[in-house]
Amino acid sequence: MSGDRPVQLEDLHAYVDGQLPPTRRAAVEAHLAANPDDARRVDTYRRQTEEIRRLFEPVLSEPVPQRLLRRRAKAEAATARPRLSFLRQAAAILWLAIGAWTGWVAHERLAPVPGAAAPVMASAAMDAHRVYAVEVRHPVEVAADQSDHLFTWLSNRLGGDVRAPSLETAGYRLIGGRLLPSDKGPAAQFMYENAGGERLSLYIARSPGNRETAFRYSEGGGMAAVWWVDGDFGFVLTGHADHQLLQRAAHLAYDGMGR
Amino acid sequence: MDDERERLIVEQIPHLRRYALALLGDRSAADDLVQDCLERAWSRLTLWRRGSSMRPWLFTIMHNLFINGSGRRRRAAGLLPLDEDTPQPATGGGQEERVELADMAKAITLLPPDQRAALLLVAVEEMSYQEAATVLGVPAGTVMSRLHRARERLAGLRSGGPLQPALRRIK
Repeated sequence: MSGDRPVQLEDLHAYVDGQLPPTRRAAVEAHLAANPDDARRVDTYRRQTEEIRRLFEPVLSEPVPQRLLRRRAKAEAATARPRLSFLRQAAAILWLAIGAWTGWVAHERLAPVPGAAAPVMASAAMDAHRVYAVEVRHPVEVAADQSDHLFTWLSNRLGGDVRAPSLETAGYRLIGGRLLPSDKGPAAQFMYENAGGERLSLYIARSPGNRETAFRYSEGGGMAAVWWVDGDFGFVLTGHADHQLLQRAAHLAYDGMGR
Repeated sequence: MDDERERLIVEQIPHLRRYALALLGDRSAADDLVQDCLERAWSRLTLWRRGSSMRPWLFTIMHNLFINGSGRRRRAAGLLPLDEDTPQPATGGGQEERVELADMAKAITLLPPDQRAALLLVAVEEMSYQEAATVLGVPAGTVMSRLHRARERLAGLRSGGPLQPALRRIK
C-alpha cells in the first residue's frame, strides 16, 4: 500500500485510533489541513473517544466483586475434575496418533466416560449424518427459510431452547433441519453446507444430568465428530475428518448457543 | 500451570467488566454477563491454546454471549431494538430528544449492538482493528464500517444532526 492512494474514511478512523501506517500519516495530515469538514470530523471522533475512555476508566480500578471470583470454584465442581477430562482428551489424541480407528467404543475402553449416554449419542449423530448428508433432494425436512418455525417445532419436541447456531464465519450456511428419534426421545439435526457443497450436521438431544464437558473429538472412516454437553443437552457436530475445521465450527456452535 | 492460566484470566476481569458495563449500561447486567463469560471460560480452559493471548479469547466468549443473549436482555432492559436503517430512536422525540442526550453512556446503549461492540472494543479496550475483527468474527473491513457508523450515529445523537459527508462512504 503506497502513501499516495487518496485519503478515505478508513484513514481518518485509523488516524484517530493511532492505527495509521506511518507512510500514510503525511498524506492524511495534508488532507486534514486542506479539508476543514474532515478536520472537524476527526476532531469529533477524537473527543468522543476520549470522553468514552474517561467515562469508563474508573471501572478498571474497582475491586472485583466476590461473585466473579467465587464462580471459579462452582464451575470447576460442575465440570468434575477438569484436569482428568484434559487427560481424557490427551488420551484420545494419543489414540489418534497411533493411527487406530477411534470409534467411540474403542475410546471408551481407554478412558471410561461418566454416563453411558455420551458415546451412544455420538454414534447416533454420525449415523444420522451418514444417512442424510448425502441427500441431494431431501437433506432436511424443514428448510432454513422457515427457521422460526423449525426452531419452535424442535424446541417444543425437545423441551428446551433449540436453535441452529450460525457457522457462517466458518463458511457454512444453514440448509435446514429435521427431527429424529433417539433412545433419549426426540433429537434435532441441523444440516449446514459450504460453498463447495460439503456438509456439517449438528445433532442435539437431551443429556441426563446438568453438566458441561470439554470438547471430545473422534474420527474414523473419513468422518469425524466433536461432541460436548452443555446443560440439559448433548451436541454432536459431524463432518469430514478435518480436525481444525470441526474444532472451529464446534467453538462457533458452542458460543452460538450462548445461554 | 493452572495458577498461571488462572492469573491470566483474573487479570482480564476488570477489562471484561469495563467493556460489559459500556455495552449494557447497567452494572448488574454487566456483571451477570461477565459471570456467564467466566463460567464458560473456566469450563473451556482445556481448549485455550497456551501462549495465545487471553484477551481476545475471553472477549470473544463474552461477545458471543452478548450477541446471543442480546434479544432477551434488550427487551428486559426496555431498550428499543434499533436496526441499521433506523435513523434515531422511535419515541417520536425528534429534535429535542437528540439535544437532551447529553449522557454519553446512554447514547452508547442506543447504538445497534454490532456498532456498539465495534466502537467499544476500539475506543475503550483500544484493540487493534485486527484483534477486534477476531473477537467479532468478521473481517477488519466490517469492523471499520461498523466503527464508522457508530461514530457517525453517536455524533448525531449528541449534537443537532449527522456530520456532513465529505468523502466516499465506507460500504
